Amino acid sequence: MTATSRRRCLAAAVATLVALAGGACSSADEPSGGGSYLVWDPYPQFADDSAWVALLRKCGEGAGVTVERTGYDTTDLTNKALLAAQQGNSPDVLIVDNPVISTLAEAGALTTTDENKLDVTTMAANLLAAGQREGRTYGVPIGANTLALYYHKEVLAAAGVDPATITDWAALNSALTKVKAKGKKGITFSAIGTEEGSFQFLPWFWGAGAQLTALDSPPAVSALTLWADWLRQGHAPNSVINNTQTTSWQEFATGDYAFAENGTWQLANAEKLGFGYGIIAIPARAGGPAPAPTGGEFVSVPVQRDTGRYATSRQLVTCLTSADNLLATDTTLSYVAPVTAVQDRQVAADPKLTVWVEAVRAAKGRTGDNLGTRYPKISESLWTGVQSALSGAKTPQEALAAAQRTAG
Amino acid sequence: MAATVPPGYRVSRAGRWSAWAFLAPVTGYLVICYAYPLYRNVELSLREYTVRSFVQGGAPFAGLDNYRTALADPTFGPALTHTLVFTVASLVLQFTIGMALALFFHQHFPLSRTLRAVILVPWLLPLIVSASTWSWLLNSDAGLVNAALGVVGVDPVHWLTSPRWSLVSVIIANVWIGVPFNLVVLHSGLQAIPAELYEASALDGATGWQRFRSITFPLLRPVSAITLLLGLIYTLKVFDLIWIMTRGGPADSSTTLATWSYRLGFGNLLPRFGPGAAVGNLLIVLALLAGLGYLRRQRRQQS
Repeated sequence: MTATSRRRCLAAAVATLVALAGGACSSADEPSGGGSYLVWDPYPQFADDSAWVALLRKCGEGAGVTVERTGYDTTDLTNKALLAAQQGNSPDVLIVDNPVISTLAEAGALTTTDENKLDVTTMAANLLAAGQREGRTYGVPIGANTLALYYHKEVLAAAGVDPATITDWAALNSALTKVKAKGKKGITFSAIGTEEGSFQFLPWFWGAGAQLTALDSPPAVSALTLWADWLRQGHAPNSVINNTQTTSWQEFATGDYAFAENGTWQLANAEKLGFGYGIIAIPARAGGPAPAPTGGEFVSVPVQRDTGRYATSRQLVTCLTSADNLLATDTTLSYVAPVTAVQDRQVAADPKLTVWVEAVRAAKGRTGDNLGTRYPKISESLWTGVQSALSGAKTPQEALAAAQRTAG
Repeated sequence: MAATVPPGYRVSRAGRWSAWAFLAPVTGYLVICYAYPLYRNVELSLREYTVRSFVQGGAPFAGLDNYRTALADPTFGPALTHTLVFTVASLVLQFTIGMALALFFHQHFPLSRTLRAVILVPWLLPLIVSASTWSWLLNSDAGLVNAALGVVGVDPVHWLTSPRWSLVSVIIANVWIGVPFNLVVLHSGLQAIPAELYEASALDGATGWQRFRSITFPLLRPVSAITLLLGLIYTLKVFDLIWIMTRGGPADSSTTLATWSYRLGFGNLLPRFGPGAAVGNLLIVLALLAGLGYLRRQRRQQS
């Protein structure tokens, strides 16, 4: 080896080292310089040229700062937010799914409205509840969604079912029987072993009069028996056990099903169905609309080392949740606004939203009733119990008894 | 290298420095990407982490509590059994099918190269694609497999949604993904066996089976051992395939230690990092034991 070639090799090795070190350090960059504010949201579907990003930019200009926005996948965002909080580089404004708020609040990662001085008085109390723990409020809802039953008009008409009569479980069951007699399929939903499964089961669970603090109560068993019987009798396909809400919607979109339990966010897709559809509230066992769980995101202000940043963050959040901007954002997301006055404007603009607005007003937060961070464990036990019963591994009674034991 | 060094040559100072510089990238890489995460994982499993202490620090030292929690959990027994069944069944089937195909393609018939390339496809596909495809195929109501079974008069099987079949389904998909790897490695091993041996055995009048038993199999042993070891380590930690196809369900019927560890750490809104890390570490120990077993066997063979 000559001296020159050795020197060249050394240079190459050093260059590699520098590149490696550079790669390792770039991820640890400090998040914000002067005048730029970080916003994380769970809407990766919105690209930089979307109305949502334009709104963020506009709100930034109003506050005299530049907004740097990153969209994450919903499930990813919880872990990202926790890690960022641990490393002290949380974003200035964090928009997350509502049940995550209590987890992040428990972690001490979010400021309360006492600290960030946000005004939440106009927000609907049942929606705001998901962001409250022990009397403190950790964020502002930006929009809400919930579940209802979509129905296939022609399938019901052919079976001689009037959707307006479906106001309790007995009526729904008899409608399913009539549909089956006509050779069509009954109902599809999502009972997957994740939070989605619990989310979809809750309207039936609450509609039977059950409480999340007693998973094995007789009303709870009656709700799970309703679902398990649908599978046994062929009213619901076996695939619901693995269905996400998206795959369940795809089943409904084939046109073979009379009903689908799904959310507000499918409205845009519903317009693209090749058949007529309608929406009814999910019936409670004894009649009337069942309380469905609220979905939708909260805007929160994570804890910062430099508390001086909260004032600007407050301006950004106030801008995002002002009446006009809420209307625009919730229309793009097909969400229901969290403010009654804006809800009325939504209904005036699109009367089809009436069912949804009513459903949202009757809805309950999952982490409400001061369950807070006890909810995730209860929910996991619940979806496991639902899966055990639907797959036939256990009876509904046994499955929920086991669920109550693990939920503790 | 030693042979080319002239007698009396001393490694110069610059030479030593450049030697270190060459070593530094790989050492740095190993420390950053392997040693540190491993250390963090062990630390996570020995402390009582809540979301609060994860963010704010100050998680109390808990000794082996997390391991005790994991071992006492009703999910542990089934998860361990499923991991073992999944691993052993996958390995046996992958290896047998891979070996059969390797022998088949070793015959060099027309189109054998093309066909071999086609069989490699599962290996090239991203896991998310193959797992999603399998879950469509195995769908109870709309899946192609049940439709095909229906044609021959077999009742639909709830592949992914019945506790009796879910583990079988993920094993089938995993075997499909693993066969190409076994095929490639065993096929290259076959090419290293001298053709003269086969010619000599043919002169002696050996049958095909005798040739396989007395020449192919013994000479392939080192290659087979490393194939099985790599397969074992890969299969033990299979997570994405199972997660995409069944989420470990229904009712834990296809939960393995890998999916359980993920579920503890990230599966619900309130992460349980401690027990999750403990289960992950148990999995590492299992893989390590297998690796040590392999090394011991190899040493015994050499001596």
